[in-house]
Amino acid sequence: MSGSAHSEHAESKVRYGMVIDLDKCTGCGACSVACQQENNVSFRPDESDKLRTLSWMTLYRLENGADYPDYRVAMLPRPCMHCDSPHHSPCTFVCPVNATIRDEHTGIVDHVAVRCIGCRYCMVACPYHARSFNWWDPTWPKSMEAMLTPEVSPRMRGVVEKCTFCHHRLNLARDRARLNGEDPDTVVYTPACAEACPTRAITFGNLKDPNSEVAKLAKDARAFRILEKLHTEPKVYYLSSAQWIRRQSDNNL
Amino acid sequence: MDKALIPEGVKRCPLPVFGLWMLFLLAVIAWGIYAGLTVLIKGLNVTGLNNYFGFGLYITVDLGIIALGAGAFFSGFMYYGLSRFFPRLKELHKIINLAVIVGFCCYTGALLVLLLEIGQPLRGWFGYWHANVHSMLTEVIFCISCYAIVLIIEFVPIILENRKLDAVKPLHIFGHNLHEIMAIFAMTGTFLSFFHQGSLGGVPGVMFGRPFAYRTGFFIWPWTFFLFTLSAMACGPAFTALICRIIEKVSRKTLVDRSVYELIAKVTGSLLLIYLILKTLDTLYWALDTAPGFGFKLSDFYEAPYGMWLLFTELGVCGVLPVILLLTPQTRNSNGLLFLGFFLNCAGIVINRFVMTVQALAIPVMPFDQWAVYIPTWAEWAPCIAMLAYGAVIVSLSYRYLPIFPREKELNP
Ligand code: SF4
Ligand code: SF4
Repeated sequence: MSGSAHSEHAESKVRYGMVIDLDKCTGCGACSVACQQENNVSFRPDESDKLRTLSWMTLYRLENGADYPDYRVAMLPRPCMHCDSPHHSPCTFVCPVNATIRDEHTGIVDHVAVRCIGCRYCMVACPYHARSFNWWDPTWPKSMEAMLTPEVSPRMRGVVEKCTFCHHRLNLARDRARLNGEDPDTVVYTPACAEACPTRAITFGNLKDPNSEVAKLAKDARAFRILEKLHTEPKVYYLSSAQWIRRQSDNNL
Repeated sequence: MDKALIPEGVKRCPLPVFGLWMLFLLAVIAWGIYAGLTVLIKGLNVTGLNNYFGFGLYITVDLGIIALGAGAFFSGFMYYGLSRFFPRLKELHKIINLAVIVGFCCYTGALLVLLLEIGQPLRGWFGYWHANVHSMLTEVIFCISCYAIVLIIEFVPIILENRKLDAVKPLHIFGHNLHEIMAIFAMTGTFLSFFHQGSLGGVPGVMFGRPFAYRTGFFIWPWTFFLFTLSAMACGPAFTALICRIIEKVSRKTLVDRSVYELIAKVTGSLLLIYLILKTLDTLYWALDTAPGFGFKLSDFYEAPYGMWLLFTELGVCGVLPVILLLTPQTRNSNGLLFLGFFLNCAGIVINRFVMTVQALAIPVMPFDQWAVYIPTWAEWAPCIAMLAYGAVIVSLSYRYLPIFPREKELNP
């Protein structure tokens, strides 16, 4: 399981990734709401049972455990990490029906809802809890139905779902590139969460392009990833200068 | 009519008593079917599962029951395969029919429960159609279905031995011929079982994002692959022996010679001992090397209600103790201790399956995440209990109408 992050993906020019600056994040939840709206993530009238909730971008609350006045709190937005471990992501090689696979051209971990049999093995295998199961039929208030995103199919009851890095936006960007006579394989686009973040804490782009903002930030001295020791090789990086936050990125750091 | 179906020369309880027993079992099954339909119609939200516990009681029971059903393949392997070299194993022919029937109940029952477990049961066949060769679950799906078919083929000649059916000439010839080639199916079953028992162990073992379950291993297989196969071999025949004893107690008859129990005790006791040694080594390596490599201390994995007591119960009370009870001649001589040994052996393996599925998911992997607890609902208990009742129906009918114990007549003159 060890090895450098991209050792088996030498052929691809693109590895889409994300950097989230926790020092800039105010925990406003705009990313989460934008994601929910953009991707037609359904919800229930009573969302108090968080263990059964559908969420692609979950906000975790980190605390430093000290007493007032040293008490500190931070929010950590967690999309799917689009794990890039060599060979497979934790979730992809366990799926018995190939319903979740990593696109080796982009590094995006996709999920085919209409093929998913709902065995939940992928959910069990993902250490980040990035996947949620559709426990109920998806419903929206009547007034919201007209606002559903036409490019994203709603998922049916009994299947798993998760963040796709707004894959449909990538497809639109590719189409635009083709029309403009550009190379569709190297397009840059912005997922809904990054677009919605009011403090610009989220940066998205091609990690393999050394000139991209995201590649530079990923090499920043403040950069870290969650659970590095597991070698899942997340393509989501976090930035923070606070030691107590960085310590919570991995067990017994 | 009922009398004409009962094997010649043996006594069975009066039909009304048997009818009442059947009615009771059918009521339990009806309750399970109601729960199953509720799950299918309303969805898995009626269960206690959630986004943290994607696997729960259904999977635990499936893994447990498939391990306990391993008596069919392993007894078959010993009787049809190994008895050539170890003639003492020929004794097993006195219990082999029951082993097949118990295995049949376990596997078909597990498949029924499995149907409820997936969120999209109508797409169950995707497992064959879109098979992902890297997934341990794919191997499980293929092997279990094939093995269930093998068990049906093994069960048919036993059914055809029914007095009335046997009187029909073509059926008699068909059944007889099937008997002749049964060794081939027994060996096919052994091969299939070895792999799917192992892959069931691989299911938790390959999850490299879950330090509690993840194991390093040999080639593409994590150690749990081999441990699951070995533990199933150690508890399968013990479970068959337990069922046999229950039938003996209920019918107040001796059905097999005590030597059969003795033999099973020695075989399963020895296998359990080997398993325990390997499991202990595996646990130590995991606790001292694998888990710390991922940043975990052993104590991180054991919290209420899934505390250290589970590990102690699994390996001590249900591991070391049954090994002593089954392998010491003095304790083996006492019926009470012998069957306690069999029971503890089976219980330990079921706890192991529970730990590898449910406890593995209770542990937060991200440091800022929460420890979770899972409580199954009636919609999960009912189908599982009904599956046991289904097994009891098949075993009761088989015992009443089929000559499954070749020594019954002589032992109960
Ligand atoms: S974060 Fe989870 S769901 Fe996303 S790629 Fe990694 S293992 Fe899969
Ligand atoms: S829940 Fe769906 S995507 Fe996940 S492993 Fe099962 S079939 Fe694959």
